[in-house]
Amino acid sequence: MTAPLLEVADLRVHFPVRKGLLFDRTVGHVRAVDGIGFELHEGTTLGLVGESGSGKSTTALAVLQLIRATTGTVRFLGHELTALRGSELREMRREMQIVFQDPYASLDPRMTVGKIVAEPLEIHDVGSRRMRRAQVARLLELVGFDPAYTNRYPHEFSGGQRQRIGIARALALNPRLIVCDEPVSALDVSIQAQILNLLKDLQHDLGLTYLFIAHDLAVIRSISDTVAVMQNGKIVEQGPAGDVYARPRTAYTKALLAAVPVPDPQRMQARKAERRRLRLALASE
Amino acid sequence: MALLEVEGLRTHFFMREGVVHAVDGVDLSLEAGRTLGVVGESGCGKSVTALSILRLLPEPPARIVAGSVRFDGRELTALSEQELETIRGRQIAMIFQDPMTALNPTLTIGTQVTEMLRHHLGLDARVARRRAVELLDEVGIARAAERLDDYPHRFSGGMRQRVMIAIAISCEPRLLIADEPTTSLDVTVQAQVLDLLDDLRHAHQMAMILITHNMGVVAETADDVAVMYAGQIVEQAPAAELFSRPEHPYTEALLASLPDLERSDPRGTRLTTIPGRPPDLISPPDACRFAPRCPYANLEDSCVQAPPELREIRPGHLVRTAHPASERALAGVAP
Repeated sequence: MTAPLLEVADLRVHFPVRKGLLFDRTVGHVRAVDGIGFELHEGTTLGLVGESGSGKSTTALAVLQLIRATTGTVRFLGHELTALRGSELREMRREMQIVFQDPYASLDPRMTVGKIVAEPLEIHDVGSRRMRRAQVARLLELVGFDPAYTNRYPHEFSGGQRQRIGIARALALNPRLIVCDEPVSALDVSIQAQILNLLKDLQHDLGLTYLFIAHDLAVIRSISDTVAVMQNGKIVEQGPAGDVYARPRTAYTKALLAAVPVPDPQRMQARKAERRRLRLALASE
Repeated sequence: MALLEVEGLRTHFFMREGVVHAVDGVDLSLEAGRTLGVVGESGCGKSVTALSILRLLPEPPARIVAGSVRFDGRELTALSEQELETIRGRQIAMIFQDPMTALNPTLTIGTQVTEMLRHHLGLDARVARRRAVELLDEVGIARAAERLDDYPHRFSGGMRQRVMIAIAISCEPRLLIADEPTTSLDVTVQAQVLDLLDDLRHAHQMAMILITHNMGVVAETADDVAVMYAGQIVEQAPAAELFSRPEHPYTEALLASLPDLERSDPRGTRLTTIPGRPPDLISPPDACRFAPRCPYANLEDSCVQAPPELREIRPGHLVRTAHPASERALAGVAP
């Protein structure tokens, strides 16, 4: 088997908790990510699922070196990212991009769509102005956004359309890895399906690798090859998506799966009874 | 007689850009002790419907331009503000999506729970406090007596929603309107809050309107379900019937677009999507509002010429479309 594209080992991110106004001192640490490890192979998707505060987003930021890890290693494309600084790190950033949750807050309202998508190309000094313009049109087309609207502003578009802009921007530098941090949780279900299909199509056509973060277990199921379940900064269970969903091993994963409301009143009574039982079991543990 | 009877409700917003037909002819009927789920995507008018029932919308820009809302035989649209005060909170209570902003951060939990008891039931401070402890206890807040003097920031999101529910049920309302009560909560907390609401409505014989975009939440909570689209109810049926035999093309598409927790091969399968977007509610088409996105509507169809009426396709199953699934099946129509 080939080496994984991304390999994370014993990753920890601890935030100091400070007290005092003038002479503040560290009184403890929040262990947001507390010793996790996973591998991600090229062209596949790892779904990172967990409840709020479990450390999913901190993991994403630490992988991208947007937060520096307290300890641990992040190997990507043969480089140890935690050891890189300055221009070396900037070079690696071309290969890894992020799509955020809120398409309303993550796009600069004062920039046109064209400018937003072109910005990564400008920062990394790719091509001439004319080539960049052609590239922007190509990228927008790729994500199903009409390039005729290149000179419009983000507020003129719906959430789904804005998320397409965010994806086009993430694709601009032709990255290998895209971190998707709750990319569909702010969208209506019919729009959510469009964006999930788009991400699947792009992965198929461009061979992209996704680290996909979500709290919605059904969304994670629909897109992931492997799944890691996080709780309190730790990965409590990971494996092929089918296995984890069909045969969860830890009490936490079982309780999480049982809590999901399914759109089927017939199955609901049994599921409700099951989740009350699991909750009691978990509480008495 | 039904506890709540909404007929021909139209709530419009008078904006500079034009008149937004947010709710455009909604009929609802709810028996005592039953739960009605109202589902739909953003902007379909589900929250505006709920707020119109209690007349909580700012006027202007909003105005109920037509329709009636009868609660227990009284016409709410005709009541004065003062008369409404005896209904709101006392007879009909409401809980909202965001428990972070619905509670006052500068008042203790105790003050906020006892406020309703003192105002509506006229309890004195000591009795109200004792009752508040019982209520917090009932919604599952541990060491309730000690927590009474805490401020909301000391509570987690799920705990705050429990406090909101305690306040809502404090005057034993006959109807509880819950507007996306679990949307901002984690899935395990959501399950706890839904179970709590379930227990409470049985214990208190309370009717409930549950507004949500989440089909799963509706499936597990509601006796009957109304699906809204572009300011109108497009389908209404008992929950089991709606999920097993949806008739409206929109309901079918909405259910098909949900990722399935138990789908076996996620990589190969694509989710079903609904092309296009809902119509602009400033000038909604004088035809079926779903027609432009409907896979079955053709240009020469009646539904493109004139709006279809809500009709009863089976006992208790209402649908507003010219192309319900059962009739398509008889005619052998494929999309």
